[in-house]
Amino acid sequence: MWFFTHVWIIPALMALSFLLILFFGKKMPKKGAEIGIVFVGAAFVLALLTGGNWIAWSNNNPEGHGPAAEGAALANVDPSCSSVAAEAAAVGEGVEHVEGKTEGKTAGKKAGEGHNEGGHSTEGATAAAPPIGESAAPAAPAAPAATEPAGAEKGGHEEVATRPVVSCINWFENGDQTISIGTLVDGQSVLLLIVVTLISLLVHVFSTDYVHGDRRYTHYFAFLSLFTASMLFFVLSENTLQMIVGWELVGVCSFALIGHWWEEKPNSDAALKAFLTNRVGDIGLLVGVIVLYFAAGKSFSIMDLNILANEGEISHNLLLIGSLCLITAVMSKSGQFILHTWLPDAMAGPTPVSALIHAATMVVAGVYMVARLYPVFFEGLSISGSSVNALSMIGAITALFGAMLAFVQKDIKKVLAYSTVSQLGFMVTALGVGAWTAALFHLFTHAFFKACLFLGAGSLSHACHHSFNMVDDMGGLRKIMPKTFWTYLVATAALAGVFPLSGFWSKDEILAGTGSFPGTEGANGEYHVMLVMLLLAAFCTAAYMTRTIWYAFYGEYRGHGTPHESGPRITTPLIILASLGAIAGIVNLPAAFDFLPEGTQTRFEHYVEPVGLYFPAISHAGFNPALAVISVLVGLSGIGLAYLYFFKDAFAGLHGLAERNKVAAFFKNILVNKYYFDWLYTTVIVGFVKGPLARAANWFSANVIDGTVNLVGKTAVGSGSWVYKNVDQKVVDGAVNGAGSSASGVGAMLRLTQTGRIQQYAALFFAAVAILAGVFVVVIG
Amino acid sequence: MMNFLNDWGLVLTIFLPLAGALVMMAIPKQSEGAIKLVALGAPLAAAAMGILLMLNFDYGDSENLQFMVNRNWIELINSNFILGLDGLSLPLLALTLFIVPLVVIYSWQHVPNPGNPKAFFTLMLILETAMIGSFLAQDLILFFVFFEVTLLPMYFLIGVWGGEQRRYASIKFFLYTLFGSAFMIVAFVALYFLAKAPTGIALEQLRALGGSYADMQAGDPLRSFGMQALTYSGAAGIAKTTAIVIFGGMFLGFGIKVPMFPFHTWLPDAHTQAPTQGSVILAAVLLKLGTYGFIRIAIPILPVAARAWAPIIGILAVIGIIYGALGCLAQTDMKRLIAFSSVSHMGYTMLGISTLTAFGLNAAVFGMVAHGLITGLLFFIAGSVKERYHTLDIKRLGGLLVSAPKMGWILGFATMASLGLPGLAGFWGEFPAILAAYEPAVGLNVALFRTLMVLAAVGTVLAAGYLLWLYQRTAFGTPSEEFENDPNITDVNKFEWLAWSPIIAGIVILGFFPGLIFNVAGPAVEVIARTVGG
Repeated sequence: MWFFTHVWIIPALMALSFLLILFFGKKMPKKGAEIGIVFVGAAFVLALLTGGNWIAWSNNNPEGHGPAAEGAALANVDPSCSSVAAEAAAVGEGVEHVEGKTEGKTAGKKAGEGHNEGGHSTEGATAAAPPIGESAAPAAPAAPAATEPAGAEKGGHEEVATRPVVSCINWFENGDQTISIGTLVDGQSVLLLIVVTLISLLVHVFSTDYVHGDRRYTHYFAFLSLFTASMLFFVLSENTLQMIVGWELVGVCSFALIGHWWEEKPNSDAALKAFLTNRVGDIGLLVGVIVLYFAAGKSFSIMDLNILANEGEISHNLLLIGSLCLITAVMSKSGQFILHTWLPDAMAGPTPVSALIHAATMVVAGVYMVARLYPVFFEGLSISGSSVNALSMIGAITALFGAMLAFVQKDIKKVLAYSTVSQLGFMVTALGVGAWTAALFHLFTHAFFKACLFLGAGSLSHACHHSFNMVDDMGGLRKIMPKTFWTYLVATAALAGVFPLSGFWSKDEILAGTGSFPGTEGANGEYHVMLVMLLLAAFCTAAYMTRTIWYAFYGEYRGHGTPHESGPRITTPLIILASLGAIAGIVNLPAAFDFLPEGTQTRFEHYVEPVGLYFPAISHAGFNPALAVISVLVGLSGIGLAYLYFFKDAFAGLHGLAERNKVAAFFKNILVNKYYFDWLYTTVIVGFVKGPLARAANWFSANVIDGTVNLVGKTAVGSGSWVYKNVDQKVVDGAVNGAGSSASGVGAMLRLTQTGRIQQYAALFFAAVAILAGVFVVVIG
Repeated sequence: MMNFLNDWGLVLTIFLPLAGALVMMAIPKQSEGAIKLVALGAPLAAAAMGILLMLNFDYGDSENLQFMVNRNWIELINSNFILGLDGLSLPLLALTLFIVPLVVIYSWQHVPNPGNPKAFFTLMLILETAMIGSFLAQDLILFFVFFEVTLLPMYFLIGVWGGEQRRYASIKFFLYTLFGSAFMIVAFVALYFLAKAPTGIALEQLRALGGSYADMQAGDPLRSFGMQALTYSGAAGIAKTTAIVIFGGMFLGFGIKVPMFPFHTWLPDAHTQAPTQGSVILAAVLLKLGTYGFIRIAIPILPVAARAWAPIIGILAVIGIIYGALGCLAQTDMKRLIAFSSVSHMGYTMLGISTLTAFGLNAAVFGMVAHGLITGLLFFIAGSVKERYHTLDIKRLGGLLVSAPKMGWILGFATMASLGLPGLAGFWGEFPAILAAYEPAVGLNVALFRTLMVLAAVGTVLAAGYLLWLYQRTAFGTPSEEFENDPNITDVNKFEWLAWSPIIAGIVILGFFPGLIFNVAGPAVEVIARTVGG
């Protein structure tokens, strides 16, 4: 418990590290790197301890089913953070003590009402039953069914409610609203704590060698710390307002790190592009959070929102609008089509930063947010029992079209960047089809092999005079850099989904989760289009990764100088990551593998996926051997065809096709120009706003508004002098002159200031006011 | 102690700077040291007084005026010398007391051409008295006097110590504001003649003020300039259309000061031409007189009219947000760009006000303070850049991070704060204002305000755009040949550190502990929101 209520120490450590490096880094013997490594190491240890405690905590979850038990499981939610959870917890306890007597009472209503109890308690039973839809099956009859292992994917394991721990303090009060700040600890946040701190630690170690002697070495490490701190703050958010804060801080850190070498314009351009594209998505975030704040009865609390959305207390339309808004934010942050364009450009930053951005921070924030607020999306997009929705569609398009772009890149980092775009598409699709666990599992495995690939690319470039151009400056590095080669190869195989590496398991779960492959049981809907697109994307992935291996490691060395293997501070992280990327799949072996000892399957799902009132009753697609075979075959055929094409020079007719064939050239052009999105955004939209539109606004101020002001002035001067000449020359000479001028434009004014008669203004002003006041009172009185 | 503060606290806070100005008159022009000592001493004394007040302020009772002073003043028109401090005034008082000493410190070596520190600081001290007075006055005439007195020192600061086109800018500033003030005073006078004593609980509250109100009956003519009395009256006895016209007068007075679109054109000129110190004070404090006027005077005294005007204010606010941002994108001068950004940022404040909800009004109060600190800092930096480069033409600048890295970082920090980065102060003025627009006060057009909400959210992207482009062009890259080896371009000096670091700290502290303002102003604006929403 101590670890859960004091988990804030972990981001606080990283924030402290940032400050220490900022103020004292330059004076330290290692220029601040040691501070970062010590703190991130401590954070990692704490995260691991928190993880261990979470497993122990989950193992001790009390048995029991139904709304009462699920309500009682919320007892560790601080009532001041979430009134709804507190109410449910109170009701839950009541039910437990009085054994169902409160059922039917209004007090008991909240916990039972509208909640789809079917899901978790009937995991086993759903195999035979139709997909669980909106039909809220009563809990009582469903619960016993769960104990029957008929086709049970959980191997007879009973699902018990997760006990999240939410702590908070009063942040500020606004009107009658009290806004809290705090931490939400459950499997999901603990998972990310470990992933983020681990990747960050390895990136820190890698960087000490990689950016050695950099012009802003200390500053670099300071921002690595802040980046990690922001992401951890985001991950632990207890409410959506806090999420916005973390989300944006992550964004600004990526801005600083992408633009690390800001002397060169392309780098600062890339940083700006990343930030501005994300700001576009943030419109959706701001509006979405606002809509959901009011939907949840004026509460930012994630618990409140999730429970109310789950129980059907929030209208479907509000949830739909809210989720669509948030999807925009996800599109920008997690690089989904059509807001993905910043991600490949973000390669301008130092490579370890790319690894951090792509594996653990920044881009996974979007996926994490959807997962965190899953009830909103699950209900809002009607994920259950459907075959298409915005989230799954965007994800699938991104997965496929991103993968296609990777084929035409010369820069190895850009291949990997598009690969990330594509893999994030897999995760988003998974969330869109209801395969929540598969999405998080893929996030987990992807973090390892993608970090390994990026750091591997960094190691390559370190050896090749800081070039990332694999087509022109690399080649034949297999023998020279064996450690880099083997780790890169393993990570590539994992990414391509080769059995039995980690990518295979997580990708297979996503494919099964689409629920459209014949014979797959227990999925939430039947997403046929997504399955086809994802299979195609998987094929492309395997092929383009084979291409990078060909260019970087085979053939003759085409670059300058003599490349060499990198030092231990670079290769050790590679080896660790490659090993993890190879074996991480074992944490979530399918439940169908009942030949394994009990309690070894679906561990990931068991500890990470929440069960209870604050999480929707999703169901889980079972393992489908036929689909698994097909997905492996798809991956292998991608590798095989690319192997034949690049390594064996097969399909000779295809080589240089784009130069000979107009149709091929046309399609290649589209890919090279990245579907013309950059042109549309930068030239058309931004160009228009910065150019004609901005100038028009400025012109309007300078000419129309000021023109009117000056015209009024001139008219006043004109009438003033007319009165002066014709009427009042002798009577109130100076006064009228002054009055005319005082209301006038520029010219006449200058004369008066030069004489400095400001008192005259004042006198005239009060005279004018007195007259006006009199008129006013007479007219309206 | 409490007795002393109750009797003299507010009076001393207001007039200590003026006393300093008088002392300075006696100092010969040559003894610059003594002049600067007084120039710093007087605002610091006022700040110390302010701190004493804030330490003794009852935060549990921040919706009520405290340390009240009530003396007869102009008996003929029943205008009294009433001062009071509540949760609404407190953040703005603190802002003023905080900024002015920093401006003086910054001026230690920076008294702009044509020099003459004695006159320069005298004007600044007079200005401070007027600004503090405006935030503490609880009588319309008294408020008006302070409000107008701010004009003169500023007029001279721009007109004498300003840039090349200082005369045009200073007169434009003066007349524009005066034009609005004329309508405002008419509105005040109309209230004096038209407002009547209310009925029900409000009448009880009015009677409790004592004095001439003690025996009033419902419907008696109020004949008062007292803000409290007028607020209790709530425009009783004034027909709705009349009230709308009166509100219109105040709208012009306050709206020009804010400035709201389309009355904003004086601002870029005034800011661009003003000396750095003038720009900072103008942005940090003077603009807030307008928004403060709306919250303190226009809305509570004329609640019905406020509801009628709210959609117009909301629309103009959002036009200001988008339009100001577009204007920024077109600027080629760094200072002018920052000036235009004020139009955009004050738009968020006005949007918050136009929702007439506690949440929105509170966001507006926060926005005022946040904008004061952030834009103040930006103007400081612009001034220092100008001093080193002798130009603010964005095209010619560049590579500030190379030439003066620390200043470059501070500019980056201010830029991030200005674009509303969460974790820094700017966010808390912006996001809650947008949020409040989702559910404006009962009776306002929800569809309209939700549209405004989305447009305001779009404005945040434009803000990021112009600020980051500014930063990219001035700080990133390498210095042009022109400035590459210029020995004048030095990094942040001692006085700049002294002046800026408290602001930087303030921006961070408010960003992480927004309750420091929200919790204080909250109860006060809630009362106002209840009056209007009722």
